[in-house]
Amino acid sequence: MKPAPFTYRRPTSLTEALDLLAQEPEAKVLAGGQSLVPLLSMRLSSVPVLIDINGLPDLARVTVDDSGVRFGALVRHSDLLAHEGAAAAQPLLAAALRHVAHPTIRNRGTTVGSIVHADASGEMPMILRLADGTLTVASSRGRREIAARDLFVGPLETSLAADEIAVEAFVPALPAGSGVAFDEVARRHGDYALCGVGAVVALDGAGSVEHVRAGYVSVSETPAVVDLTECFPDGEMTARTLAAAGEMAVGQLDPESDIHGTADYRAQLARALTARVLKAAQDDARARAAQKVSS
Amino acid sequence: MTMSEPTSEETVPVRLHVNGVTHDIVVPPRRLLSDALRHDIGLTGTHVGCEHGVCGACTILVDGAPSRACLMFAVGAQDVELTTVEGLTHEDGSLSPVQQAFKDCHGLQCGFCTPGFLTTIAAGIRDNPDPDREDARDMIAGNLCRCTGYQNIVASVLRAAEIQREEEAS
Repeated sequence: MKPAPFTYRRPTSLTEALDLLAQEPEAKVLAGGQSLVPLLSMRLSSVPVLIDINGLPDLARVTVDDSGVRFGALVRHSDLLAHEGAAAAQPLLAAALRHVAHPTIRNRGTTVGSIVHADASGEMPMILRLADGTLTVASSRGRREIAARDLFVGPLETSLAADEIAVEAFVPALPAGSGVAFDEVARRHGDYALCGVGAVVALDGAGSVEHVRAGYVSVSETPAVVDLTECFPDGEMTARTLAAAGEMAVGQLDPESDIHGTADYRAQLARALTARVLKAAQDDARARAAQKVSS
Repeated sequence: MTMSEPTSEETVPVRLHVNGVTHDIVVPPRRLLSDALRHDIGLTGTHVGCEHGVCGACTILVDGAPSRACLMFAVGAQDVELTTVEGLTHEDGSLSPVQQAFKDCHGLQCGFCTPGFLTTIAAGIRDNPDPDREDARDMIAGNLCRCTGYQNIVASVLRAAEIQREEEAS
């Protein structure tokens, strides 16, 4: 299967890229192409102009400081996964990136590209939502930041304007006292998840559960994040409170049936994974607290 | 050019560096890298299976990193070093560790998926010279073999690493 004809442009500056996009709002931006090229090849999509931003090395940077992790639109999944500073500042990134397709796809695919592809079956859009991150977009009119909660507006649809390019994403650092976990069930490792769950659990100084958020992959039309704090009124994770959290989460999700699994099965996976992942995030928070005390 | 194109379609000159050799070709921008390697350059070792990134038969090395040739455009591959399965043999023409290991361990049956496995594993044992069985399975997880020859392919990974270590020791 081959893509329909298009005009190829490879700008050498962001300004040039933005000018091209302003002139041709139907154009598409190519970074890693691991989702875009299959869409073009299967003729599910066609473009008059393809703007290849691989000639803009400024967009390939990862920077980490106390506030969090910033990564440009050309940072490949594999580079972000291998970045020790990024993993230390926000361990959710590495925890989820390990589940993004296969290493070969991660070598080429970009994390920012995956975010703006806005597939609710993709791990990284959900992680940006769960970590309360932001996306910086640029156009010839200027730059703006979009909070993750305002970014995903429908299946494969974001709030970017046609002339905007996503240039950088920011994921805040994990707050002290918190822990994270991510797990998913897929038919084969590296396939799209039937259901995936990420969690951030915050503990207070006494080790009691203070705040709980969970994010869901493949069980809603847009990346879903649910606040589950109220399921743990006594601050304890027990079989009963974890089951209640799973029930509450499923009540806010809307899984669909497809060839790989029924809606009921996906809901059951969401329940089971919620309990497993919240517990793992609590264990992670405890381990981090213990490490901090001993160091 | 062996593929017929509508005469009206725009073409662009493309310079590709493949296995240490520079090739100048003229192709439409939509030419997939996998097709450029096979049809425009004549390196038919790179196989084309699913053409949407799932099967791994077209896997080549892009600046040393395993990548799907069917998910790149030839025009976008100008500034990088490409290594196809043809580029894996030693300079004297003898088989590289992974090629020898596939021969030793019966790592191929019909052979269609083999080029993608060879390139993937060549990079895999370069990055992890002493894989265990689990590492080996993980290394090949992105490649499909429809003969289901995975047991022998896992054995080939371990053997390839062994040969590589022997070569480096001697």
